[in-house]
Amino acid sequence: MTQTATNPDPERRHWMAVLARAGAAEITDLLAPLPALPAFEHLRPPETGLVMVRGRAGGDGAPFNLGEMTVTRCAVRLGEAVGHAYVAGRDKVQAELAALLDAALQDPARRDALMDSVIAPLAARQQAAREAEARRAAATKVDFLAMQTIR
Amino acid sequence: MYVAVKGGERAISAAHAWLEETRRGDAAVPELTVVQIEQQMGLAVDRVMAEGSCHDRFLAALAIKQAKGDLIEAAFLLRAYRTTLPRFGASEPLDTAAMRLRRRISATYKDLPGGQVLGPTFDYTHRLLDFALAAEGVERAAAPEAPTPVESAPRVTELLAREGLMQREVAEDAEPGDLTRQPLTFPAERPVRLQNLARGDEGFLLALGYSTQRGYGNAHPFVGEIRVGHVTVEFTPPELGFPIELGEIGVTECQMVNQFKGSRTEPPQFTRGYGLVFGHGERRAMAMSLVDRGLRAAELGEDITAPAQNAEFVLYHSDNIEATGFVEHLKLPHYVDFQSELENLRTIRRSAEAAIQEAAE
Repeated sequence: MTQTATNPDPERRHWMAVLARAGAAEITDLLAPLPALPAFEHLRPPETGLVMVRGRAGGDGAPFNLGEMTVTRCAVRLGEAVGHAYVAGRDKVQAELAALLDAALQDPARRDALMDSVIAPLAARQQAAREAEARRAAATKVDFLAMQTIR
Repeated sequence: MYVAVKGGERAISAAHAWLEETRRGDAAVPELTVVQIEQQMGLAVDRVMAEGSCHDRFLAALAIKQAKGDLIEAAFLLRAYRTTLPRFGASEPLDTAAMRLRRRISATYKDLPGGQVLGPTFDYTHRLLDFALAAEGVERAAAPEAPTPVESAPRVTELLAREGLMQREVAEDAEPGDLTRQPLTFPAERPVRLQNLARGDEGFLLALGYSTQRGYGNAHPFVGEIRVGHVTVEFTPPELGFPIELGEIGVTECQMVNQFKGSRTEPPQFTRGYGLVFGHGERRAMAMSLVDRGLRAAELGEDITAPAQNAEFVLYHSDNIEATGFVEHLKLPHYVDFQSELENLRTIRRSAEAAIQEAAE
């Protein structure tokens, strides 16, 4: 896959984002019925560290350092492809699975099957959870009807 | 000065064994799990993450368990742990306008795009002890859901800024100072002040914010907006060269709107104080925004008359880990120090007594 810093593959950004939000157990379960992925080698074994989270003054001004968060990263080689993962938290199994899948998904021969049976179901679950929360929030939206009746 | 004292090892080890036993409490009562703390003491977890300046819900919950619920001790544990981890880099600045909202309120506009979303709040509760909570296993009704989900909403401050009535932020992307790498120096730039306040002690920030409302700093604040929810964190790994999403974190943001009479260079307009903290920490974000506005006195050409406007006073004393370290070190052995004070006092006494004797004779 060819890509440059200025032109990242949006599909790759998408699957990396989905894998970053997925639990190790969820990913393992979805991978279980699929043919096993070939052996891979670690370029960087899973490692937990910190990323300094930045905000902006006033929300839209100059950046400032808000505080750190734990992040786990991993890099693997699978055939020709190099897979990377940086995921929030300290789950090394998740980071390794995410890196492995990032490598596998770069292989056009594997991509469609993995997108359909792993990434799409994870993305759907994440979307459903987000929507359920947003509907809960919407139930607490103030409806100023009473004020209108008084007027 | 404190000197190394030997001989306390046995006492210390017995004290720690007892501490461990008191942490556990009555062995007949089931032990708390870290996940229970993370789930059911969520606001304590949020505070420890904010003051420990490290977002990791499980670690914060573990620290609370280990600290027997002493949240400053827990923040200390988290700060100590973070020093053992490598730093991968800094994230892209959070886009709070794209926040997945759980709560979003404004005290300045009733009707605003996106509306007033109360979310899970203590506001409007009656503050009566709920004895039903003392009974175990009581099923609670699920929170209702509306058919149409809330969407992200524009910032209130942006609405005012578009009219030219709100001072715009300087959107320079300069590399901000980092208190975890460089010590605090003065004058402290706003990014450094905000970092300091974001991890400052909630009680200290609250008291200072309160003082600005009571007349020590002449503030007339309005809550332009408070938003609580989840934001995506993006990070650009050097080996990839493009930003990727690491996941989401919970944050609380407060935009405090303040009047400003204008100066030689600026027309009369609203100015803002800003609060942004990890987790759901509304009191903390509001207090932070009041103090942030107080500390902008110098840049806005206002008189510095109040504690909350004094950057050295505020920023040097906001950190509860530093403060507790210096206050609590007083209980460590100062035997030699005190011995010399004692000698000194005795000498002064003797000469004073001699002088009185002489005068009498």
